[in-house]
Amino acid sequence: MNILHPENELLNLKNISKSFKKSGGEEHLVLEGVSLTIREGEIVALLGRSGSGKSTLLRIISGLARPGKGDVLYCGKPVTGPVKGLAMVFQTFALFPWFTVLENVELGLDAMGVPQEDKRRRALAAIDLIGLDGFESAYPKELSGGMRQRVGFARALVVEPTLLLMDEAFSALDVLTAETLRTDLIELWLERRIPTKGILLVSHNIEEAVLLADRIVILGTNPGTILAEIRIPMEYPRDREAPAFRQLVDEVYGLMTQRPRNAADKAEAVPLSYRLPSVHIYQMAGLMEALAGEPYNGKADLPELADQMGFSVEQLFPLLEALEILLFARTEGGDIELTPSGKSFVDADILQRKVIFAEHVIRHVALAAHIRRVIDERPSNRAPEDRFLRELEDFFSEDEAKRVLQVAIEWGRYAEHFAYEEGAGILSLENPASLTAQ
Amino acid sequence: MTWLEKNIKKKSYIWDIVAFIIVMGLVTLLAWGSRLMSVPYTFGEQIPLSLDPVHLPLYALRTVLRMVSALIISFAFTFIYATIAAKSRRAESILVPFLDILQSVPILGFLSITVTGFIAMFPGNLLGVEMASIFAIFTSQAWNMAFSFYQSLKTVPKELQEASDLFGLSSWQKFWKLEAPFATPNLIWNTMMSVSGGWFFVVASEAITVGKTSVTLPGIGSYVAQAIQSKNLPAIGYALLTMLIVILVYDQLLFRPLVAWAEKFKFELTESQDSAESWILTLFQRAHLLRSLTRKMGKQWTVFIERLPKLPRHTLKFKESSSLVMRLQGVTWYGILISGMAFGAWMLISFITSGVNHSEIFGVFMLGLITFARVFVLLILASVIWVPIGVIIGLNPRLANRVQPLAQFLAAFPANLFFPIAVFILLRYHLSPEIWTAPLMILGTQWYILFNVIAGASAIPTDLREAAQNFGLSGWRLWKHLLLPGIVPPLLTGLITASGGTWNASIVAEVVSWGSTTITATGLGSYIAHWTDKGDYPHIVLGVAVMSLYVVIFNRFFWRRLYTISQTRFRLD
Repeated sequence: MNILHPENELLNLKNISKSFKKSGGEEHLVLEGVSLTIREGEIVALLGRSGSGKSTLLRIISGLARPGKGDVLYCGKPVTGPVKGLAMVFQTFALFPWFTVLENVELGLDAMGVPQEDKRRRALAAIDLIGLDGFESAYPKELSGGMRQRVGFARALVVEPTLLLMDEAFSALDVLTAETLRTDLIELWLERRIPTKGILLVSHNIEEAVLLADRIVILGTNPGTILAEIRIPMEYPRDREAPAFRQLVDEVYGLMTQRPRNAADKAEAVPLSYRLPSVHIYQMAGLMEALAGEPYNGKADLPELADQMGFSVEQLFPLLEALEILLFARTEGGDIELTPSGKSFVDADILQRKVIFAEHVIRHVALAAHIRRVIDERPSNRAPEDRFLRELEDFFSEDEAKRVLQVAIEWGRYAEHFAYEEGAGILSLENPASLTAQ
Repeated sequence: MTWLEKNIKKKSYIWDIVAFIIVMGLVTLLAWGSRLMSVPYTFGEQIPLSLDPVHLPLYALRTVLRMVSALIISFAFTFIYATIAAKSRRAESILVPFLDILQSVPILGFLSITVTGFIAMFPGNLLGVEMASIFAIFTSQAWNMAFSFYQSLKTVPKELQEASDLFGLSSWQKFWKLEAPFATPNLIWNTMMSVSGGWFFVVASEAITVGKTSVTLPGIGSYVAQAIQSKNLPAIGYALLTMLIVILVYDQLLFRPLVAWAEKFKFELTESQDSAESWILTLFQRAHLLRSLTRKMGKQWTVFIERLPKLPRHTLKFKESSSLVMRLQGVTWYGILISGMAFGAWMLISFITSGVNHSEIFGVFMLGLITFARVFVLLILASVIWVPIGVIIGLNPRLANRVQPLAQFLAAFPANLFFPIAVFILLRYHLSPEIWTAPLMILGTQWYILFNVIAGASAIPTDLREAAQNFGLSGWRLWKHLLLPGIVPPLLTGLITASGGTWNASIVAEVVSWGSTTITATGLGSYIAHWTDKGDYPHIVLGVAVMSLYVVIFNRFFWRRLYTISQTRFRLD
C-alpha cells in the first residue's frame, strides 16, 4: 500500500498550443492555451468530440509530440521526449501480434534493461493481477477484444507507471466487456494494488467519464480549448441509475453541445473553414424520423436518446451537429428539438426530401454553395476537385481537407447540385445519364 | 501419462533424429561444395565438363551454392539499404529512385559489364568468376527485396511505433522487435518470387564469353551449354530433370517452411482460414530435443545481450536544430547530388562516344523499338491465351488448388534450359528467327500472368457471382461485366512482372545456337549479346543504357498509370 500525497503535482500543463503546418506553409491551430494540472490520487477524464485535439494533447503529455507553445512538466521536470514512469493504454490495443501475451507484457521491461529472471517474475505478476493467468503463451490473435485490452493494461502496469494514460481504452470493446474491465480497473485503483498515482483518461463516452473520474475536463473544438471542468464528488462504486449521476451526465451533455457561436439561431451559412461532420444523409433522415415519432414527438433528452437508439457519443454528436448546421434541429441544455423544416423533411416523400435538402445545403453550407458557383461560372461547367482541396488546405491539414470536401460532395450530390466522377476527380453539372452514355 | 502422450513423446524423438540428419547432411553438403568454389584457376583455362549424367548432382550442388550465396548477400543488402532509405529522409530521396532505376537495368547487362572486373579481383582463383555469377544473381534479387522491405518499414502501424517509443525501446530493439517482424511476411514472399527469377540467371551466368574471356563454371547451366555445343539432346533432358528436382527440393526445404513460419508475423488480429503449411516446419516443431536446444540457445543469447554494456534509456529527444544548420546541410547534400549527376552523365557519354559512332546511337534506339514491339505483342498474346484459361481455373477452387503450385513452379523453372529444344525445332522446320525466337522471351515469364489471374479469379467474391447469376448474366456478358473487371489488378501485377522478365530474357533469347549454328533475331537483346561476345564495352554500355531507358519509360508512363487506375477503379474490397 503506498500513500498518496494530493498536494504533489504529477503533471502540469501550462498554456499549451499546438498547430500543424499545412501545405501552403500556414499553420492550423489544433490546441490553444490548454492548462491542466493532475495531482496525486486523481483520475481525470478528458472529454471532447472528435477533432477537439484530445489525442494530440495526450501525445504531447506522453512526450510523443512536442507542443508548439507552452510547457509540459512531469513531476516538476520538463518533458522533452517519452518519459519513464508514464505508460499508455491504446484504443487499438497496439499489441505486437508476433509476441505472446508474456512477451508483449515484457516489452516495456526489455527497454528498461530489467534482468531476465526479474523480468519474467514481474510480467507474470502483472498478468496475474489483471486476470490473464493461463494465457501467458497465447498470441493476441487467439484472444477476444476484452482479453487483448487486458494485455494492454498488463503491459502498461508492469512498468509501474506513476501516471497511467488511457487513450479511449474501452471504446473498441463491447458494452459488457468494457464494463467489467472498468470495474476491475477501479477496484485495483481503490485497493491501491497498483503503484499508479494518477490516471488520465481520454474519452468521448460521457457516462464512462462520470463513472470513473474525480474530475472531468471538457475540450471544445476548433481549436481545442478547455470549455469547462466539473468535479465529481461521488463515492465509488457509482450507481448509473442514481439521480445525482443522471444529473451530472445531463450537465456534461449540455456543456458538450454548447456552441461557441450561436449558429443554430441565425440563418447564416457555416463558413468554408467549418469542419463539416462526416454524416450520411440517410443517418440524418433516420434520426429525424425517430425524433418526429413516438415517444419523442419532436423533442428528446440527449442521454435518453443515445441510450435508446444505441448510439455512442462519437456517433451521436456529429449527427446533431449536421442537423444543426442544416437547421433541421436545435440542441439546447442536453435536449434536441426538430425545427419546422426538420418536421416537413420527415413528412415529405423521397423526391420532396431532395428538394428540401437541396435548399438547406445551398443556404447553410458555404462550401456547397461555393462549389456550385465555381462550376456555374466556368464555361465548361466542370471543375477538378483539387481546386477546392487547395482552398480548404488553407484551413485544414491535407487529410482533413479531403474529408471535409468528401462530405460536401456527398451532400451536394444527393441534393443534385452537381455531379462527381470519382476516378477523374471532376465535379460538374452533367447529369449521371449522360455520363454512362459515354 | 496417457497412452497418447507417450506416443507423442516417443514420436518426437524420432522427429529429432530425422531433423538432425537433415540438418547435418545439408551442412556437410554446403561445406564440401563451397571448398570447390575457390580452387586455383588460370585465366583462359577450360574447366573440364563432362556430359555424363553421373556428374549432374555435383553440378547441381554448385549451382545451388551460387544461389544460396547470392541470397545471403541480397538479405544483407536489403537490411542495410532499405533501413537507411526508410530512416533518413534525405537518403530516401535518392536511394528509392536509385532502386527504381536499378530494377530496370537488364540483369545480364550487369553480368557482361562486371565479369572481367571480378576476375581481376581474384587473380589465379576461380572465386572471381564465381563472384561474377553470384553478383548477377544478386542483381536479380536484391532490388526487389530491398523495395519490399523499404515499403514495409514505411507502413509500420503508427500505434505500435508509439507504443515502442513510449516504452522506451532503443532503435536497435525497435528494429528487431517491431520493424523486422512486421516486414517479414512480405519480404519472404518477395524473396521467393526473386529466387524464382534467379534460377534463370544462374543458368545464364555459368557459361559466359566476354571478348577473349570465355569462362565455364561447373553447374547445370554450363552443362546445358556444353550439351548444346555437342548437340546432345539426351543430356539436355537429364539437365531438365535435375533442375526440376533441385527446384522442388529448394522449395520444400527452404521456402515452404519459411512461408509457414512467416504466418506468425502477419499483421492481422484474426486467424486466417487457410494458413500455409509445411511438413518440414512441422517436423522441426515436433522435434523435442531440437526445440529445447534452440530455446536454450535463445536464452543464452538474451543472457549474453544483457551482459553487454547497457545503453542509457532511450531518450527520444525532439529535434532541435537551427534552420541555418539545416539549410547548410541541405545545400551540401544537393551540391553533392548535382555534381554526382554531372559526373555520371559525363562518364556515360564520354565512355560511349569513345567507341561508338554518333550515327549508331540512333540505330540502337531503333533496335530497342523492335524489341519493345516484340515484348508488347508477346504480353498481349500471352494475356489472350492465359486470361481465359486462368479465369476458368480460378473459378473452380479444387482445380485452382492443384494448378496454382504448378504455375508457380513453372515460373521458377529457368526457361533458358528449354531453348535448345526450341532451336532444334526452329532449324528442323526452317522457321524465321525474327518471329519464332520471340516466344522464347516469354517462355519463362508467362506463368506470372497465369498464376496471378488464377489468384484474381478465385478472389472474386461469391456474392458478386451469385448476383450475376441472379440477373441472368452469362457468356460474354458475364465476362465483360464481372470476370474481366474482377481480375484487372492481379492481371496487371502479373503483366508488370512478366514485362520485366521478358526484357531481361531478350538478351539470351534473340541469339540462340545449336551446335555451331547460331540464329539471330534483330533487336536490342541480340545487340547486347553480340557486343558482349566481342567484349566491346562502349557498345555494351550503350545497349544496356538504352534498354534501361526503354524499361523505365515503359514503367513510368504505361504500367504505373494503368496500375493506379486499376487500384482505384477495379479493387474488389
